[in-house]
Amino acid sequence: MHGRRNLVKYLFIAFFFLSYQLVFPKVQEGTNLIPTDTANEKQRENKTAGSSKFDAGKMILEHVTDTHDWHIFTLGTTNITIPLPVIFIYDGQIYSFWSSKFHNSSHAYKGFSIAEEGPGKGKIVKLKTDKMGGTNPAVYDFSITKTVFAILFSSIVLIIIFMTVANAYRSNKGQAPKGLQNAMEPLILFVRDDVAKSSIGEKRYEKYVPYLLTIFFFILFNNLIGIIPIFPGGANVTGNIAVTGVMAACTLIITTFSGNRHYWVDIINTPGVPWWLKIPVPLMPVVELLSVLTKPFVLMIRLFANMLAGHIVVLSFISIIFIFGAMAASLGYGVSIVSLLFMVFMDLLEVLIALIQAYVFTLLSALYFGLASAEPEHHKQ
Amino acid sequence: MELVSPGIGLIFWMTLAFLAVLFILGKYAWKPIMKALKEREMSISDALNAAELAKEEMKMLQFSNEKLMKEARNERDILLAETRKIKDSILEEARLKANEEANRIINSAKESIHFEKMAAMTELKNQLADLSLEIAKKILQKELSDPQKQETYVKELLADVKFN
Repeated sequence: MHGRRNLVKYLFIAFFFLSYQLVFPKVQEGTNLIPTDTANEKQRENKTAGSSKFDAGKMILEHVTDTHDWHIFTLGTTNITIPLPVIFIYDGQIYSFWSSKFHNSSHAYKGFSIAEEGPGKGKIVKLKTDKMGGTNPAVYDFSITKTVFAILFSSIVLIIIFMTVANAYRSNKGQAPKGLQNAMEPLILFVRDDVAKSSIGEKRYEKYVPYLLTIFFFILFNNLIGIIPIFPGGANVTGNIAVTGVMAACTLIITTFSGNRHYWVDIINTPGVPWWLKIPVPLMPVVELLSVLTKPFVLMIRLFANMLAGHIVVLSFISIIFIFGAMAASLGYGVSIVSLLFMVFMDLLEVLIALIQAYVFTLLSALYFGLASAEPEHHKQ
Repeated sequence: MELVSPGIGLIFWMTLAFLAVLFILGKYAWKPIMKALKEREMSISDALNAAELAKEEMKMLQFSNEKLMKEARNERDILLAETRKIKDSILEEARLKANEEANRIINSAKESIHFEKMAAMTELKNQLADLSLEIAKKILQKELSDPQKQETYVKELLADVKFN
């Protein structure tokens, strides 16, 4: 009985991921289709021709999307970057080298290059080989990209900070908290009492607290580190749909597994709606099942869009300076003052948004867990 | 489009990193932190309860103290009243006794005075008799020759003698 129910849950989750693949089918194809020599050549020409011209849209997109090396600044015509490891599987073979290997005159290494235009922009593509006809096999890119590096960095920061805090709790037993422990305790207590306890309930909240604390601090730290513009920070981690998608999927999986009999019965046979909405056309069950999927989907989109928008707005204010600067140097200086003020304002707003979004994601996850595991007598008021 | 196209590598690394963080923090951070927080909350609530209990006890103690004090005061009052009563009765008794003694002394004094007086009277009478006899003897010796004179003289003498 229990095993069968779990099987249903696995199928359910598999369905979710499949549906995601169906929604974005072009993504995988784009990686394979675009890379052709002519396309790359054309891009290169464009780049050399318009290298002195400032393209705000391109600059902003380059900063908010994932890249294979970490761009620090451009000095004259040389880009100062931190090389990151490139790891990918192509045609059953694993390739791994530093991303700095791409910095040569042909912008290619071992027959691979980074696409510069098209839907697969920024992805590693295989240059056309002398093999006869057909499309190239897909490149499965497992590189430590900028975002991956930022995730690993913030993960290490998280682990170090909370291990320190945990040690403080151990060595400082029964005493008032101090230092880092004191700084983190209100947040921990907030997540435990105001998020977990109030939305899941006194009886069952405890087993969800570790997950809720982890997503809260993971999102918060990545959001905050993303605001810092210099090297280990500044990566658009939580504004990347893969990152938010993984966290939303975790929430979906936990929600699905903590769903009790009552939760599933309510989905199949929704109470309080007229029977003709369920039989013969199962309209309500379909709507309810869709809502189960849309909940984590909305979680994913909300965090992604908020953080992405924040980064784009800040970068736009920077761009304004250069756009006006390109017209006349004095205009650029003049605008820079206004732009800086707006940037400071936006950055402060971003700090607030970083907290709010971490809170919202955690609170909604907790609410879904609470709904899924609620007892019938608690649910019906 | 590239903004909403998650790369497989990123999903892979994110899942790996996130699960690792979840596992490590869950095991080595959240668990001891939650435990410590719970223990501290328990100890705080225990301490508060103990304080409340001590307060209650103090109140009880104070109450019993007050009661004891009141009892002691009452007892003292009773004792004082009793003592006063005893004192009064002793005084009364002493007064009565003294009165009695005084009366007795006065009576005995009166009696002895009476006796003394009687004795004195007797002695006086005796002396008087002696004196009369003496006088009579003298008169008799002197005036016995003249009976006339004798008689008048006796009369005179007798007239002089007055008993008081």
